[in-house]
Amino acid sequence: MTKCCDYKSKYKHVGQRYDRKDARKKVTGQAVYAFDMEFPGMLYGGILLSPYARAKIVSIDTSEAEALPGVKAVVTGEQYDIKVGLYMQDKLMLAKGETRYQGEAVAAVAAIDQKIADKALTLIKVEYQPLEAVTTLDQALEAKVLVHEDINTVKHLEGVFFPQKDSNIASWNKNRKGDVDKALEESYMVVENEFSLPTVGHVPMETHVCIVQADPYSDKIRIWSSAQSPFALQQMMAWSFNISHSDVEVNVPFVGGGFGGKAGIHLEPLGAVLSRAAGGLPVKIRPSREQEFNQLPTRAAMRGRIKTGVDKDGMLQAVKVVYDWDSGAYADYGVNVGKAAVYSGIGPYEVPNSYIDSKTIYTNKVFSTAYRGFGHLETHWTIERQMDLISQKLGMDPYEFRRKNLLKPGSRTISGELITESSGSPTDCLDAVVKEIGWTGRKTEEERAKEWKTGKVRGKGFAMLQKAPAMPSNTASSAIIQMTGDAHFRIMIGAIDIGQGANTVIAQMAAQELDVPMEKIEVVDTVSTQTNPYDWNTVASKFTFMGGNAIVMACRDLIRQMKDVSAQILRTTPDNLKHGGGYIYHVHNPERRISYESLSLGYAYENGMGVGGAMIAHGSSIADGLTNLHPETGQGNPALDWTFGAHGVELEVDIETGDITVLKIASAFDIGQVINEKLIYGQITGGVVQGLGSAVLEGYKFNTENKLMNPSFTDNKIPTMKDIPLEIVPIYIENPQHDGPFGARGVGEHPMISVPSAIGNALYDALGINFHVLPLSPEKVALGIIENARKNTE
Amino acid sequence: MSVDKDCSMFAEHPDSKQTPIDLCLTVNGKKVCYSIDPTMSLLHFLRDKMKLFGAKESCGEGECGACTVIMNGKAVTSCIVLAAEAEGAHVVTVEGLAENKKLSILQEEFITHDALQCGFCTPGILMSARALLDANPNPTDEEIIEALSGNFCRCTGYIPIFNAVKAAAERERKELGK
Repeated sequence: MTKCCDYKSKYKHVGQRYDRKDARKKVTGQAVYAFDMEFPGMLYGGILLSPYARAKIVSIDTSEAEALPGVKAVVTGEQYDIKVGLYMQDKLMLAKGETRYQGEAVAAVAAIDQKIADKALTLIKVEYQPLEAVTTLDQALEAKVLVHEDINTVKHLEGVFFPQKDSNIASWNKNRKGDVDKALEESYMVVENEFSLPTVGHVPMETHVCIVQADPYSDKIRIWSSAQSPFALQQMMAWSFNISHSDVEVNVPFVGGGFGGKAGIHLEPLGAVLSRAAGGLPVKIRPSREQEFNQLPTRAAMRGRIKTGVDKDGMLQAVKVVYDWDSGAYADYGVNVGKAAVYSGIGPYEVPNSYIDSKTIYTNKVFSTAYRGFGHLETHWTIERQMDLISQKLGMDPYEFRRKNLLKPGSRTISGELITESSGSPTDCLDAVVKEIGWTGRKTEEERAKEWKTGKVRGKGFAMLQKAPAMPSNTASSAIIQMTGDAHFRIMIGAIDIGQGANTVIAQMAAQELDVPMEKIEVVDTVSTQTNPYDWNTVASKFTFMGGNAIVMACRDLIRQMKDVSAQILRTTPDNLKHGGGYIYHVHNPERRISYESLSLGYAYENGMGVGGAMIAHGSSIADGLTNLHPETGQGNPALDWTFGAHGVELEVDIETGDITVLKIASAFDIGQVINEKLIYGQITGGVVQGLGSAVLEGYKFNTENKLMNPSFTDNKIPTMKDIPLEIVPIYIENPQHDGPFGARGVGEHPMISVPSAIGNALYDALGINFHVLPLSPEKVALGIIENARKNTE
Repeated sequence: MSVDKDCSMFAEHPDSKQTPIDLCLTVNGKKVCYSIDPTMSLLHFLRDKMKLFGAKESCGEGECGACTVIMNGKAVTSCIVLAAEAEGAHVVTVEGLAENKKLSILQEEFITHDALQCGFCTPGILMSARALLDANPNPTDEEIIEALSGNFCRCTGYIPIFNAVKAAAERERKELGK
C-alpha cells in the first residue's frame, strides 16, 4: 500500500502538508450536512416517480392523499409550468401530460413526517397510458419517436448548443480542422473502431438533500442544500420562477460528496412549490438511495466511433470521431459534456486533420449531467484504446507511438490553441509512468502462453489524459478577506469545499501571500449567497486556479491597504514598505514598522486619533483569454489550463474467473505546483479508485422497456476497500503555468480519467485480447477469453 | 418512495397503533432510558431521540456502512438494527470516541493521513476501525481490509483510510500498551 508524502516545497506554506481545515469537525461527528438539518415547523417531502419510461399521464387523483391526516401539500405537474435548466431549459419540474423516463417526478407531497409523506404517495392514483419508448441511440437517431416534441422551440444557450430540428439531438457540436477525408485516403494505414460504456451513477454518500422555505407573501425563497454550486442554483431558481437573483437565498453547509452530480438544479424548485403550498413552512426533501438511482442524474452512456489515419512512421495524419452521448430524457448539463468532447476529443496529440461530431442525444431513460472529468473518461476510453490498437497494427511500441504524436511547445490543439512551455508537458507525464511501471515493450505470444499455464497472467499498459475546465469563457471566481481585531484573517469564497480541500488550499495561499501562520487563517465553511462573494460553480477542476488567483489578488489588495495606512503613520511612501512576519515595515529600516494587529480595525495614534479603518479586501478573477468556439468548425480558445497526465498500470488476470487485480498504478499529472501534497494524494487515490469503478464494476442495467434493473447498492456497487489497487504511485510534474497561482493547475477530476483505458491496454498486454465495452467485469473478461480461445481453435 | 412498492422497507405503517416500549441502554458510557416506537431503528433512535447526528444514513439497507456504530463491541449497521435489540447494550458512536475533550489516536491519525474528504462516511468508518482495533490491536493488512470492506467511501479511494488505521494500531500498541 502506498504512503504519502515526501514532497519538498520551496515555499513556507504553499506546498506544505497541512491537515485539512475541516478535518476535526469531520472526525468528531460535528460536521453538519443538509441531511442533518432540522427547522421549526419543518415538513418532509415525498416524490412519486413514474414507473414507465414513456407514458401519457391520463389522470391524477390526489384526493385521498390530501385527506390523509398530517399531509400539508400535494402538487402535480398540471398546476405548474416551471422549467428548469442552465444550458437547455428542457425539463419541467414535474412531468406534465407525459413522462419521459422511469423515475421522473410526477407528483409530490409534504407532510409532518416522512412516514406520512411516504404513505400519501401510495394514495395518489395516476392513470398512465404507456407509450413506445426510445430505448437505444440508434432508435433515437431514427427520430420516428421524439422524446421532446417541442425540440424546435426549446429554450437554450444559442450559439453554443445546437438542437437539431425534428430530431432527438439536443446538441450537435463539431470540430473541423484540415481535410480529414483526403488525409484518411492518403494515409498509410487507417484503423477504425467502436468503443462504448454504460450509464453510471455519481454515488455521493449523501444523496441530494434540500430544505426549502418559500415565503407565500413574496417572491423570497430560502434554500439549504447539498448543492455544489450555490450561485448557479440561485441563478437557475431565479430563471425558473421568474424572480430576482436577490429573492433567492442559498445556504450550503458541509456536502457529502458531489462529483458534478450536485451542480445544477435538482429538487429545490419542487421544495419551493411544496413549501408555498403548505403556507410557507420549510420542506425537506431527502431522496432514498433507490430514488437517487432512479430519479437523479447520471453520467451519460457513450458510444465512440473512431477512424484514424497514420503515415508509415506512425505520425497521426487524421482523426475522425463520432461521439454519441445517451443523455437520457433531458440534456440540460449533458449538452456541455458533449461540447467538451469537440475541443478535447482526440486527446493530447497533435494531428493536422480532425473531424469530430459530438451529439448529445435524447432517449427515454434517466437523464445525465456533469460527472468528474466531464466526458473525458468516456472520450479517453475511445482515444486511448484506439491509440493502443493502432500501435498493435503498426507493430510499434505504444510508448514510442504516443511519444511521437504528443502535444509539445509550438503544437496547436484541434481547436487551434497554441501549446507553450507554460501549458505543461504530456511527454513528462508519459515518461514518468512508463518508467515507474518498468515498461520494456509488449509481451510476446510465447511469454503469454508460458504464463497462461499458471492460471494467472500479468500485463502492463498505460494511457494519456488531458482536461481543461469546461466552462463559459467569462467564468468568474472571487474572494473576500476581513481582518479580526487580533489580526486573524477571515476568508469567504463562493465555492464549496465538497471534500476536494478548497478551503485548505485557499488558506495556504493566503498564509503564503500574507506571510502569517496557517492558524491565523479561517475560511468560512458554510457558504451562503447572502454573505459570500460570487463563484460561478464548484466544478471543472477550476477552483485552485481561479479561486487561487482571486485569493492572491485579495491578499495583495489587503497588503496595499495596510501599506497605504502604514505610510501615513510612518511618514513614508507605500513604495518604501514591505510586509512579513505580521508587520508592515520600512525597506531600509525594519524597526520602522506597524503590526498587522494595530492596523486590523483601524489604527489609533497615542492621542486616540484614528486612521485607516477595518481592513476588508477582495479579489476577483475571470477566465482570461477564452473565446466561444466557432459553431461549424469548433475553432477557438476554450482552455484556461490544460492539465496533462498519464496512468501506467500493471495488473493480473485470473483466466478462469476473469477477475482483474490491479497490482500497481502510477499516475502522473503536470499540475504546475503542488499546493498541498496530502490533498493531491487524496485526489489521486480517490480519483483512481473511482475510475477503477468505471473500469471494472459500475454500470446501470436497463431492461428492454428501459426500466432500471439495479437501483441499489446490492446490485450497483461502488468499489470497496477490497477492490483497490495494491499500490498507487502518484507523480507530480511541475512545469508551472505562468498565469496560475504559484504556477498551479487544477487536478480534481483528472485522476479518474483514462483509468479504464490504461486497464484495457494492460489487459491486451496480458491476454492479447482487445476489449471495446466497459465495464471490464469478470464476466465480460472471462467470456472474452472463451470467445478468443474458440476463435483461435477454429 | 420507490416506484412501485407500497411503503419503504422499514417504515412503520402510519395507521398502525404501535404500543411504545421502554428501552434502556448505555450510549457512549451513559445509561439512558426512553419510551420508543418498537419499529424504530437504532440509527433513528440515536439521531431522533439521542440527537447524536454523527451516524449517517446513506442507503438505509445495511449495504454502505455510513450508519455504523459499535454495539456490545461489534460494529453494526444501525439502520438495520432495531433499537429494541439494543436493550441493555453498550453502544458507542463517533461522538464517544474522544475522551476528556481530547481526540483519540484513531481520530488523530485520520486527520494526519487525510483519511477523509467530504466526511459523510467518516463516522461509520471510524467506528468499524474502532471495533477492529478493540478486538484485534495488531491486525494484518488483510484483517484491516476485511473489517473496513463494508464501509463505502466515494472520495478517498480508501488508501489514506487504510494508512490511518494501520498507523493508529501501531500508536495504540506503543502509547496505550495494547
